[in-house]
Amino acid sequence: MSKFDQDVNYIRALILLSIFKAKSGHPGGSLSSVDFLYFLFDKVLKLKKKDFKNWNRNYFILSKGHCAPALYAVGFIKKFLSFNSLLNLRKIDSNTQGHTDLRKLNWVGASTGSLGQGLSYATGIALGLKSKKVNKKVFVMVGDGEIQEGQVWESLMFSAHYKLDNLIIILDYNKIQSDDFNKNIMNFEPLKDKLISFGMNVQEIDGHNFNQIKNCLLRIKKNKKPNFIISHTIKGKGVTFMENKPQWHGSVKLTFEQIKEALIELNNFEKLRKYL
Amino acid sequence: MKSKILEVGKSQYTLRDQFGLSITKLAKKNKKIIVLDADVAGGTGLHRFRKKFPKRFFQCGIAEQNMISLAGGLASLGFIPIVTTFSVFMLRGLEQARLSIAYNNSNVKLVASHPGLDVGPDGGSAQCLEDLAIFRSLPNFRVISPADPNEMDSAVKEIIKFKGPVYMRTGRSEIKKIFTKKYKFKIGKGKIIKKGEDLSIIACGVMVERALVASKKLEKEGIKARVVNMSSIKPIDKDLIIKCAKETKKFIIAEDHNKFGGLGSAVSEVISEFCPIKVKYISVQDEFGISGEPNELAEKFNLDYKAIIKLAKKLNLKK
Ligand SMILES: Cc1ncc(C[n+]2csc(CCOP(=O)(O)OP(=O)(O)O)c2C)c(N)n1
Ligand SMILES: [Mg+2]
Repeated sequence: MSKFDQDVNYIRALILLSIFKAKSGHPGGSLSSVDFLYFLFDKVLKLKKKDFKNWNRNYFILSKGHCAPALYAVGFIKKFLSFNSLLNLRKIDSNTQGHTDLRKLNWVGASTGSLGQGLSYATGIALGLKSKKVNKKVFVMVGDGEIQEGQVWESLMFSAHYKLDNLIIILDYNKIQSDDFNKNIMNFEPLKDKLISFGMNVQEIDGHNFNQIKNCLLRIKKNKKPNFIISHTIKGKGVTFMENKPQWHGSVKLTFEQIKEALIELNNFEKLRKYL
Repeated sequence: MKSKILEVGKSQYTLRDQFGLSITKLAKKNKKIIVLDADVAGGTGLHRFRKKFPKRFFQCGIAEQNMISLAGGLASLGFIPIVTTFSVFMLRGLEQARLSIAYNNSNVKLVASHPGLDVGPDGGSAQCLEDLAIFRSLPNFRVISPADPNEMDSAVKEIIKFKGPVYMRTGRSEIKKIFTKKYKFKIGKGKIIKKGEDLSIIACGVMVERALVASKKLEKEGIKARVVNMSSIKPIDKDLIIKCAKETKKFIIAEDHNKFGGLGSAVSEVISEFCPIKVKYISVQDEFGISGEPNELAEKFNLDYKAIIKLAKKLNLKK
């Protein structure tokens, strides 16, 4: 197993540990998105805690804000967040709110939780950076259920119109939303065609494959079009009993047996059992 | 008695025009000011800004939800986004105003033209009678409604000085000038603009001028009605309300808005807690508007000076 995969396993274990302690939270979409998130923070954004005070920098915004546990776990690895904060997810007076919250943590980029808004907010930042003639990028992750929001398509129209090629939208395409599979709730396929017709540079990758994540980011174009990466993932990835099952979307109360089984599969039970 | 701040007369500009003029002027010095529009710049008075500062004017298309969240993102970089559309379409982005702006205490100004029955012929669908109530209920938001072009000019400076979210009404109709250039708007402050001790008429926006007319006419019948311009609806000027309640004992609260949640409610919240007195309301009675000229609508919906006079007499008789 590569170092990256080992790290990601550990982050997956931390996500589930924090959700276990919180007695609620959204594991499915956190587990599906974390490879890409970790890659971005580890290899691309290169941000330090002090950088977040400065507006002149790269940005990441988690528009599907219910997957905050994934961002917090990555933030812990990157030293933006204490272990204690991670374990206090969703607790009274914690800075790790149920959804990413600018009032508590400046490095999360936006307050989210209402699907669709984070993408527009990120688009505003991309527009602002462009008009300040600053050569920085804005990465924003959306969910597949989230793109059913009309506001998402308003913002895609906008970023294409304003030629925001500093905007990189990542779709965590895990095929499942809250209650069921996308196709049973509200079909949006063929998606790639829609996005191309909306003026995006579209790439499709396996979002659990290190090389594909790396390469798609190397292929980001500066051709006056926003970039849209369809990242195919598995909801609940890494924990067999959660994979591809809508009931693990959230808000989930994990039993001791479940967390134990999950941490064992992720090779982190021994390391983390003392916190259970 | 002649007052230095009061000078009722003809106005060259509507409130929306004055807003456009004032913000364009201010933007020459303050480079952080940018304008977002949803295809109604001709109607909001911001076409002037667009002409003067094309690079700082961002057309968002007819897509208010995106526009309002976008403004939050822009504010996070230090811009002061002025988001402009008609009052009623601001409501389209209410939830965006809540999370992308109010929640982070973002420095965004929502400036809405076409409030109230004052919209006129466009009719009920366009006459926003709910905005004051709705934006007043969002934490961090300041809610204001200036009464004339000179106050508008002063208010524009104040909302830009203030760091945080503001919802401000402008206005569509031809209106009168009420104040001299000496009149200064302050967030959180109301002002007694005509003296009187029999009752107080507390008003905002287009109702202020009507209150003045009513007060003048009442004078001839021996009723001295104080007029208060309460252009800052949130925060509301608690001290002034308590003072007027103590001194005049009776209030008429007048607004071009539905009876729930607007100026009437804001003033009543203070009264009921600190100085219970008799209050009557001039407002739309929980219904939607219809087409017509603003003055015709004011008469039909009992928002004109005559309605104020009638109510004042009723109140005063019951001394
Ligand atoms: C505007 C809005 N409507 C509804 C919800 C409730 N909700 C939270 S998560 C979710 C499903 C999201 O699905 P998806 O975007 O696919 O997320 P993921 O699968 O990555 O968890 C819903 C409906 C919300 N947060 N925001
Ligand atoms: Mg999904």
